[in-house]
Amino acid sequence: MKMTGAQMVIESLIKENVEVVFGYPGGAIMNVYDEIYKQKSFQHILAKHEQGAVHMADGYARATGKVGVSMVTSGPGITNAITGIATAYADSIPLVIISGQVPTTAIGTDAFQEVDAVGITRPVTKHNFLVKDVKDLPYVMKEAFYLARSGRPGPVHIDLPKDVTAAKTFFKYPEKIDLITYKPTYKGNARAIKRAAEAIKKAKKPVFYIGGGAVLSTAADIIREIVKITKIPAVETLMARGVLRFDCPFLLGMVGMHGSYAANMAMNDADLIISLGARFDDRVTGKIDEFAKNADIVHIDIDPSQIGKVVKTKYPIVGDLKLVLEDMMPFLVEGVKPEKFEEWREILNRYKELYPLAYNDSDEVIKPQWVIQKTGEIVPEDVIITTDVGQHQMWAAQFYPFTKPRQMITSGGLGTMGYGFPAALGAKRGVKEKLVVNFSGDGSIMMNIQEVLTGYKYNLPVINIILNNNYLGMVRQWQSMFYNDRLSETDLSDVQADFVELAESMGAVGYRVSKKDEFIDALNDALTQNKVAFIDVQVDRREDVLPMVPPNSPLKNMLVFKEDK
Amino acid sequence: MKRIISVIVENEHGVLARVVNMFAARGYNITSLTVAPIPNTEFSRMTIMSEGDPKVFEQIVKQLYKLIPVYKVIESSDFIEKEMTMVKFSIENNLSDIDALARCYNGSISNVGEKHVIVSVVDRPERIDNFLKAIKRFKPVDIVRSGVSVIER
Repeated sequence: MKMTGAQMVIESLIKENVEVVFGYPGGAIMNVYDEIYKQKSFQHILAKHEQGAVHMADGYARATGKVGVSMVTSGPGITNAITGIATAYADSIPLVIISGQVPTTAIGTDAFQEVDAVGITRPVTKHNFLVKDVKDLPYVMKEAFYLARSGRPGPVHIDLPKDVTAAKTFFKYPEKIDLITYKPTYKGNARAIKRAAEAIKKAKKPVFYIGGGAVLSTAADIIREIVKITKIPAVETLMARGVLRFDCPFLLGMVGMHGSYAANMAMNDADLIISLGARFDDRVTGKIDEFAKNADIVHIDIDPSQIGKVVKTKYPIVGDLKLVLEDMMPFLVEGVKPEKFEEWREILNRYKELYPLAYNDSDEVIKPQWVIQKTGEIVPEDVIITTDVGQHQMWAAQFYPFTKPRQMITSGGLGTMGYGFPAALGAKRGVKEKLVVNFSGDGSIMMNIQEVLTGYKYNLPVINIILNNNYLGMVRQWQSMFYNDRLSETDLSDVQADFVELAESMGAVGYRVSKKDEFIDALNDALTQNKVAFIDVQVDRREDVLPMVPPNSPLKNMLVFKEDK
Repeated sequence: MKRIISVIVENEHGVLARVVNMFAARGYNITSLTVAPIPNTEFSRMTIMSEGDPKVFEQIVKQLYKLIPVYKVIESSDFIEKEMTMVKFSIENNLSDIDALARCYNGSISNVGEKHVIVSVVDRPERIDNFLKAIKRFKPVDIVRSGVSVIER
């Protein structure tokens, strides 16, 4: 039987077991939406803005490990989606984004709502397609899902001209995809793995440097086991929070610009850094010439272009982290003597004791770090935490007691303000049985606050905790520290939304909090409401995120206390 | 430092833009670029000449491999390298001198019209540079270079 291109899109989504599509209709994608209207196989969630829709698909993908799907129209539809796509690309999140396009006959004529969509998405997608012939559509759909989830995952964009979605042909969904140009390496080279294991055995001051790839390759269990067996100290990047439990005795905390002193000194003093799906981001390394001067590097990554990109790698291993570690495990079990690292661990533990993550708590004014710690005490252990971007994001990464991978959902690579709330809605849709809490700032939350209505309409009760300091806090902190306190356009106190009324006007429940007791009451009440909740917490206005490695400084030059400035 | 690579790509929509964007995104200039389909296959060969730091170039090669339609990136220093150039002169010149010069660079007069004579030569890019210096005195009206093509030995 012949099908239209639009029907093929629906059939393909069903074949890929898609259970939810986050989108926004428009002129050029209407043929597909007409088919969405007729089907009952998956849910369509109508966002209020295309950026929100893509962040929802992204939050869904991060929470579930499945491919997130988003659908938008041509022109402004796809340009609004770009920030979401770039966010997913920066953190290697598997998404398929389908956009409508003007008819093939109108492409290139500056038609109404026409943009060169594949040209615009090319730098921020793993791959993209413009489908010019309906016959190619089933293969393109299959290939898009395959590319999104295989190898190093990432967003894939399909641009569909309106006449292609209207055209008819026979539908045959391919069984599998075989691309001669794309063969990701999953299994690591045996000799390279053995050499790296030998280096680990010989090292005196090794450290595991765990990155987001550990989450993507589902390697957390084996990493926990290896850390337990070898007793080698470990640090985590922002993207890897939760791979090791917060109370793991070998975890030194987060590394990098706002990492713990012990974690950064471990990297600085190590003689061997074993990178597990981490990419030596500039927020981690600090000044690159001074980074880990005495260390050899073992770098395990599925993407060969990551290896040697920033630091010289002595032991490169290309492959899927989990498979590589499975192959390496026997060598480590046999050869590594954990007692050898006793002295090294003692030094680092002393750093941990001397310079713990800390803040000066107060009863006069609420400290943002206290809110995060208190939330960790009140909510169930298997909560999903999402964040926006800014000071609250770093405080959440530092102070929240993470126990599992995929528990923290945050925009790491791109640092997208406005990410947290829609990502929380997507995560909630993906894992309905879990509580989802979003930490946001009074700056970030405004960027996609319209999605409260989406949460209300589809009953996606997430709790937003706004750490409200009436500043664009992180920029304010840098202005204070590095621009002589010239607070250019970061003070938001003159005109501020009433977040309680704003939330309530869109069907959410709101709480205004300026005392510690009020926060505890508000959070406990929000937990019983089964509604989107906004807890607007007035916090200490001038609290800084510390410790801090000043930009382009070596890790060892950390500002640990406020008086270090 | 001059670098030449051949990139074998699948013939598909936008593949040239993908490859060129990779250079642009890394702030790398392309000195010359030639593209043509490889006969009896679904592939094309792009020959890219560029100049720059070996470390950045290593990244470019790795990043090119990441592009889905890229089949192979060939980096060889042992190859035959040729470029074509066409030069238009006024007919007023001494044609036998021009013809003699062109022959030294594997070329000849390709066309003679009422006002102009067109010469084409095919040679290594450095020799093409020399040819262009040598013909200056004939005051060329127009010069077109093809960009370099290479094949591994």
